[in-house]
Amino acid sequence: MSELFWWIFASVATLGGIGTVTSRSPVSSLLFLVLSFFSLAAIYVLLGAHFIAAVQVILYAGAILVLFLFVIMLLNLGHDYRPDLRNVAWIGLGSVAAGVVGWSLSRAFVSEGGIVQLGGQASIESSIRELNAVGAIAQPLFRDFLVPFELTSLLLLAAIIGAVLLAKRRV
Amino acid sequence: MLIESLILSSILFTIGTAGVVFRRNAIVMFMCIELMLNAVNLSFVALSRAVGIEGQVFVFFVMTVAAAEAAVGLAIIISIFRHLETVDMKSFNLLRW
Repeated sequence: MSELFWWIFASVATLGGIGTVTSRSPVSSLLFLVLSFFSLAAIYVLLGAHFIAAVQVILYAGAILVLFLFVIMLLNLGHDYRPDLRNVAWIGLGSVAAGVVGWSLSRAFVSEGGIVQLGGQASIESSIRELNAVGAIAQPLFRDFLVPFELTSLLLLAAIIGAVLLAKRRV
Repeated sequence: MLIESLILSSILFTIGTAGVVFRRNAIVMFMCIELMLNAVNLSFVALSRAVGIEGQVFVFFVMTVAAAEAAVGLAIIISIFRHLETVDMKSFNLLRW
């Protein structure tokens, strides 16, 4: 049953990605991206990462993509239907580059098939049973990754200051 | 489901790469970069099934970087739009060569 749902959501995610690249209006491109991100959240649920799925819906589909939508509406780009494809040389080069990237990624992933036997799933399930879905992520985050977590706040501060400075009319 | 998820993540990454190269609209290019970041997140979550919960912790850091990148990048796009009245990458050639 969950295999069937996985295939449904995987095909919706892929179609959403293709729609993002191919649709002409930036708004419909963005809505395809939201569709793709929601089905990725469903795939996270199927993979057992419930908290990541919730964060994906709240943070990505809810905050970041709405920020994109605000910018599109602020700049009034919603009906910008001028063709914006690059010329043939770029498209040929880009197809070759994307093909190489996709081929090498899928080859690397498939040849790593032996990792399935490592059994991380059992340890994740036992820690979720012990600490519940949020605690299972919070414990390594605040124990083993505390310094990177604190450095993240520095990154966010820099981003806030940078965004305010860039968006100000006169510096 | 693990290997299939990794294949799906490579497909999404490829679509994102193609979008960044094919389109000239800066906002659509930016959305394709977000799609590539999400493909990486999917591979982290899938690999966390094999290796352990640390993969899901990394997804948090990737999401933080994505949020910071979206804020700064969209501010840059807004300030470019103020100068040039367009978001077409064809006209942003000041820093190109």
